[in-house]
Amino acid sequence: MTDLTASGLALPHQETAPPHQQTASPPATQPPSSPALTLVRPVPVRRRRPRAGVPRLARRITGPALVIVAWQLTCSLHVVTSVEVASPVAVLDAARELWAQDVLQANLLISLQRVAEGLLLGVAAGLLLALACGLLRVAEDLLDPVIQAARAVPILGLVPLVIIWFGVGEVPKIFLIALGCTFPIYINTYAAIRGVDNKLVEAGQVFGLSRLGLIRRVILPGALPGFLVGLRFALVGSWIVDVVAEEINAQSGLGYLINQAQTTDRTDIMFLCLAIYAIAGLLADALVRLLERALLSWRNAFRGA
Amino acid sequence: MTVRPALAVRADGVTRSFAGRAVLRGLTVEIAAGEFVALLGRSGTGKSTLLRILAGLDDGYSGDVAVPERRAVVFQEPRLLPWERVGTNVRIGLRKSSQRPPATLSSLARSALNEVGLADRAGSWPGTLSGGEAQRVALARALVREPALMLLDEPFGALDALTRTRMHGLLRDLCERHHPAVLLVTHDVDEAITLADRVLVLAGGVITTDLRVPLSRPREGSQAGFHDLRTRLLAELFSTEETRD
Repeated sequence: MTDLTASGLALPHQETAPPHQQTASPPATQPPSSPALTLVRPVPVRRRRPRAGVPRLARRITGPALVIVAWQLTCSLHVVTSVEVASPVAVLDAARELWAQDVLQANLLISLQRVAEGLLLGVAAGLLLALACGLLRVAEDLLDPVIQAARAVPILGLVPLVIIWFGVGEVPKIFLIALGCTFPIYINTYAAIRGVDNKLVEAGQVFGLSRLGLIRRVILPGALPGFLVGLRFALVGSWIVDVVAEEINAQSGLGYLINQAQTTDRTDIMFLCLAIYAIAGLLADALVRLLERALLSWRNAFRGA
Repeated sequence: MTVRPALAVRADGVTRSFAGRAVLRGLTVEIAAGEFVALLGRSGTGKSTLLRILAGLDDGYSGDVAVPERRAVVFQEPRLLPWERVGTNVRIGLRKSSQRPPATLSSLARSALNEVGLADRAGSWPGTLSGGEAQRVALARALVREPALMLLDEPFGALDALTRTRMHGLLRDLCERHHPAVLLVTHDVDEAITLADRVLVLAGGVITTDLRVPLSRPREGSQAGFHDLRTRLLAELFSTEETRD
């Protein structure tokens, strides 16, 4: 270079060659025709951490809160009439009014009681059937087709029949709720029992677990996640069946309140009852989450990004 | 006349078919008490089938099989119960009795974990262990019942080379301390030679080769005689491939 400049014969295109062109020249081992690779810093796909500043609970409440705000705005701006949709404020007023008359607590309590009793019976029945069919092939062959057929019958279609069978008291309502809970518990628990890793069952056998020990220590814990999924469905289903049973044939309960509200055009009371159902659903879900955290702490599962 | 040693395994004329296809065809094998036997064979030759029969997991065979009451299996995967802590996993199936109250059982489990170097993990969930650690727990679970027969079904196959070498040493130590008869199913010729007193080759549903390993311990690949043995066994494995069916 030096001697070229000194001799005044420096070639312009050589001298002005940009430095990056030189560094980018391919190493000797690389075939000259291969295209240049773009290199990036390797990062995991799930890169974003949950925002540390906002607590989980606050984040979970944000969604429902936004829905309520939008609901209130829709009413305040008269997008809909108050007969069509009662605003959140009107619903709160209705709650206060019914509470003062002791109507709300009495009907809520009776609905809760029906749901609890039906749920208890239904979960017990579903669990028993799932255990029988999951553990014993005889029971499976005898019962499973019957249960699958019964499951296909719409529960609401049974209402008139149930009234003939059990009259109009508490029994038909609890029966319907229990029936509605039995199937999701059965389906999910039964599938989970059959899904337990046979390798673990074999290990249990090899190491001398009795038949009862196998059920208690291998099969039931293995089926627990499936049961909890069934429980979620059952909790929601129990409320659905409850409201229908009470709307058709009852002198009390939230369903009855909704029905009464219809005859008096009290949209606010209807919305109040629906809001209570929604809150009950939220609480039920929280309950199962708590159960999962307590019972499935051994799980090293994906928790979401 | 030689004195016949006490037997830990006696299998005579064992035949096992799956869907009409005979996997074991009148197989006969004996393992002496305290003897370490490796069973080699290509994939699908029925190594695991034999092991499952000896373990009592398969009763669809014909022939005579006798094994000790106290036996333990280490599978290819750890097969720990994920919902029970490591210590509880180790003492699974141990019966408590007047001589062995629950406290004794958990101290047994602790000392077994101690032997595999995991004394401090008794309270951990199996899901938090590495592959090698989980397999060591499986080894402790097998040891804790002081088996007269240990059945190992490719227990180190899924481990990395370094961990596998460590596990070989651990297994040798444990065997020298507890003297169980061992049947190690493997397809790794070097592993078989390194560990076993005797190496069997399974092909065509029967034992085709039965070689004593005369090498002194500890064994390693560079040892005199190791290479010859390996060559012979490999040749045996390859030849069975050609003569199959």
